[in-house]
Amino acid sequence: MVRSHILVCGGTGCHSSGSDKLYTLFESELAAAGLGDEVKVIKTGCFGLCALGPVVVVYPEGAFYSQVGAEDVKEIVTEHLLKGRLVKRLLYTETVAEDTILSLDSTDFYRKQKRVALQNCGVIDPEDINEYVAYDGYMALAKVLTEMKPEDVVAEILNSGLRGRGGGGFPTGTKWKFAAAQPAGEKYVCCNADEGDPGAFMDRSVLEGDPHCILEAMAIAGYAIGASHGYIYVRAEYPIAVKRLRIAIAQARETGLLGGNILGSGFDFDVDIRLGAGAFVCGEETALLNSIEGRRGDPRPRPPFPAVKGLFGKPTIINNVETLANIPRIILNGADWFAAMGTEKSKGTKVFALGGKINHTGLVEIPMGTTLREIIEEIGGGIPDGKKFKAVQTGGPSGGCIPAQHLDIPVDYDNLTAIGSIMGSGGMIVMDEDNCMVDIAKFFLEFTVDESCGKCTPCRVGIRRMLEILEKITAGQAVPEDLDTLEGLCYFIKENALCGLGQTAPNPVLSTLRYFRDEYDAHVREKRCPAGVCKKLLSYTIDPEKCRGCTLCARNCPTNAISGELKKPHVIDTAKCIKCGACIDSCKFAAIYRR
Amino acid sequence: MKSLAELQALRDEMKTKIGVRKDGGHRMRVVVGMATCGIAAGARPVFAAFIKEIETRKLTDVVVAQTGCIGICQFEPVVEIYGEGGEKTTYVYVTPEKVPRIVAQHVVNGTPVVEYTIGANAK
Ligand SMILES: Cc1cc2nc3c(=O)[nH]c(=O)nc-3n(C[C@H](O)[C@H](O)[C@H](O)COP(=O)(O)O)c2cc1C
Ligand code: SF4
Repeated sequence: MVRSHILVCGGTGCHSSGSDKLYTLFESELAAAGLGDEVKVIKTGCFGLCALGPVVVVYPEGAFYSQVGAEDVKEIVTEHLLKGRLVKRLLYTETVAEDTILSLDSTDFYRKQKRVALQNCGVIDPEDINEYVAYDGYMALAKVLTEMKPEDVVAEILNSGLRGRGGGGFPTGTKWKFAAAQPAGEKYVCCNADEGDPGAFMDRSVLEGDPHCILEAMAIAGYAIGASHGYIYVRAEYPIAVKRLRIAIAQARETGLLGGNILGSGFDFDVDIRLGAGAFVCGEETALLNSIEGRRGDPRPRPPFPAVKGLFGKPTIINNVETLANIPRIILNGADWFAAMGTEKSKGTKVFALGGKINHTGLVEIPMGTTLREIIEEIGGGIPDGKKFKAVQTGGPSGGCIPAQHLDIPVDYDNLTAIGSIMGSGGMIVMDEDNCMVDIAKFFLEFTVDESCGKCTPCRVGIRRMLEILEKITAGQAVPEDLDTLEGLCYFIKENALCGLGQTAPNPVLSTLRYFRDEYDAHVREKRCPAGVCKKLLSYTIDPEKCRGCTLCARNCPTNAISGELKKPHVIDTAKCIKCGACIDSCKFAAIYRR
Repeated sequence: MKSLAELQALRDEMKTKIGVRKDGGHRMRVVVGMATCGIAAGARPVFAAFIKEIETRKLTDVVVAQTGCIGICQFEPVVEIYGEGGEKTTYVYVTPEKVPRIVAQHVVNGTPVVEYTIGANAK
């Protein structure tokens, strides 16, 4: 007899803030209170509000406790579960009303969200196939196998308007149609779970919170194109995701939902995992195929496209994790249901990993067409510390920075491309007045230079030259002509690099040049970093009017660059100063300036 | 598992086990007063009886919850049943033996068991 469920978030965010310990503590406290048989503790996937983790939700009340510490467990057990009294001080404040708790759906963070790909994350126990089945899991596969012909499945996905969520936005139905049209024989379904963009964790959260939906979707794809084998390519840096996938595959095989003659239909399908070693370029589909085959993860020229000649030379479809997560829901609810969400050319929802200078760091899923302003100001809760918004970066190292004047555009593939960024896979990093846009562009370029596989010259040499120019700019050594060279390189590399990595690497530079040219100019012409980030352009001075000669700064300076007599104004020797800022932090009279 | 029917059977069985995890959308809420006074008067077996009865009848749209002291300790164990529109019926001196009838007559068929309510017992 179980009367209450305690859901403890087991996503990576909450895991690293100690949710594992909470799980065991709840079990022992419940046992001590004699409630072990009545209350069940379940480890789920991500709830999305990672900034407030560890998150614990108690049903049937639906009480959402945030930032739960080990010391709070006993109180939740004795107060809430034994005596039926909510522990108000731990409830997420937006859900607390006079004498009841409000539904999570009524909070700013969740109200505008629509959970499709994430529908089971934070709801089910990802390590229990039965819980997935309880939420209609594998029903889409059953429907496909018993009621639909492969071409019906392809048509349904085509009609839904689903486009690839891995970054490219290619229509999924079209991809499946190409592969299905290839002559029968060996074919493959691959799931791209390489997710390497800095700041992105959408796919990881789906795998951790709902691994079975990926297996189900791959089986459906296999049925649609005539494949009986699938590979999930997942990076080894995602240990929780890998573990849950392994458990899911074992359970699905044991239950007969993977393997031979699934549900008595005569259709066979099985899935294996391949671990990636964490090279960004291995997320590029042809490099991924090489890597699965056991070769070096270098991209191959296309055509031939993988749908024609892919893994082991056979027709192959490669789909992103989030793309696949939508598949079972489209099959069960119908293409029209899916196509009713979103904008004209971008249907459905998109998951974003919100990060940077934003209050609600976490995972959000919104219908396409939601504006950036709604995502940042309402769902994300705005910028912390009353700072001013400067830009939002989407698409990671392949994307661009979007300034305040474009915040009201509805988010979809075409709109983001039109303003010089891309939808990308879903990283969304918010920046405020303290971020230097040249420094941001340099950050992403350092990443792509590191991750370039070196196979083609425009990328191997070209983006390195770009980085060198950016380093000159941020060091105050650039001349105005450097900006023209930089821009010229951008266009050349975009056109001539072999794979997507090189072709999109200039985007962060191009978009910041387009919207924040004044910041580049300040660095180049005035040798000044307006945001005060680029160290080499900063200088520290002490205002003799304000300095009381307390000697505190001199004692805190690690390089002894500050001198002066007691009770007389001090001075900084700029030759010795390493611009660490320790003096500013130590001065009690605000007498030191950074310019 | 070898057929769609087996999958459906497993789903239906599992659905009843996770019914408590629904955010809203319940047709009815059965709330048992489980403060010290309620527990001392025997609320725990009553609570258990409700859960069992709701589970055997597979009433996935009904939730059984506990609450603190309702404030009428002399009538414990007290059980309140909330309908969809928020209308409330208060049962007093509830025992496990009374539970099947309350569930059958009130929760399933919508007619409160008047003789067990506070109205009939407060005089
Ligand atoms: C450098 C590079 C890295 C990529 N990384 C990923 C990735 O981590 N995950 C992903 O799904 N797609 C990634 N892609 C896109 C894939 O090449 C491919 O378009 C995608 O997996 C197709 O699936 P979809 O149509 O479902 O989006 C990357 C592309 C490039 C050029
Ligand atoms: S563009 Fe860069 S990553 Fe892609 S093949 Fe060329 S060198 Fe390798």
